[in-house]
Amino acid sequence: MKTSEILIGLGLALFVGTVLSPFASSWPDGLEKVAEHYGFLSRAAEKPMTPPVIPDYEMPGIESKTMATSVAGFLGTLLLYFGGYALARGLKHSRAVAAPEKPAHEA
Amino acid sequence: MHLPDGLLCTPVWLACDVLAAGALYAATRNSQRHFEEKTVPLTGIMCAFVFAAQMINFPVAGGTSGHLLGGVLAAVFLGPWLGCLVISLVLIVQCFLFQDGGVAVLGANILNMAVIGTGLGYLVFALGKNVWPTRQGYLASVALGSWLSVMASAAACAFEIGISGTYPTGLTLKAMLSVHALIGIGEAVITGFIVTTMLVLRSDLVTTYPAELKS
Repeated sequence: MKTSEILIGLGLALFVGTVLSPFASSWPDGLEKVAEHYGFLSRAAEKPMTPPVIPDYEMPGIESKTMATSVAGFLGTLLLYFGGYALARGLKHSRAVAAPEKPAHEA
Repeated sequence: MHLPDGLLCTPVWLACDVLAAGALYAATRNSQRHFEEKTVPLTGIMCAFVFAAQMINFPVAGGTSGHLLGGVLAAVFLGPWLGCLVISLVLIVQCFLFQDGGVAVLGANILNMAVIGTGLGYLVFALGKNVWPTRQGYLASVALGSWLSVMASAAACAFEIGISGTYPTGLTLKAMLSVHALIGIGEAVITGFIVTTMLVLRSDLVTTYPAELKS
């Protein structure tokens, strides 16, 4: 993939995560709705087991809900690009180390 | 359908954590077989896109919303093993950074969406495209596999809630499947649209698309 194509792909993901995310429906999702309807949603733990970082996809410290969602979406999308890139690099690299007699079929 | 902590009993979420860990190990080993240069940035883009798309809840019936799971989407581009790892990475980040999905039930969420959803959806897609080896057949298989991946994830989730004794399995299963039958249509439409577009723009990136169908 050319750098320009990678940027287009990442740009599209960032557009969805940053610009479209504030327009998402705030209705409960399928599982939440079922749990609410049958009355077992209240059994869900109130407090997360780990300290919250960006709870509910809203960046803490930003007053505007739209802005807070956009910033959270932007950061999450960017982080996952690098996370996914690193994951695939790691898999590719460790395979090359594990089987050095077989050259990688790199295009 | 990210499960929060509290809905599954300890033996169930523990068993799910163990099963998910095993599945991730297998996915890690198997995903290393076919690696091309383009796979690395494509995996990054897929992770970023699935995360972003999962933020976009679309309304379905009766005050309920749903969002893309992306398992079949990722598997169509990257194969089922790497596709499973993409969804798992998204779920891990959502769990620890965004408090979406519980920590103890992370294994259950990975099992439901990244392993069972992606796996079964991909199997049906792969079977369909071989039975009907045309462009239309391929796209129909993408849509069917996507829909089924949502249904399979919902069924697994309902089953875990049921055997945990949180609510009767039969009722939970019925309710989860009827809601997700609609959400699955959204999954099929979004996945079908992206794959159709990419087949026009860059069919070489759709690695599961048969070479003999490329014109």
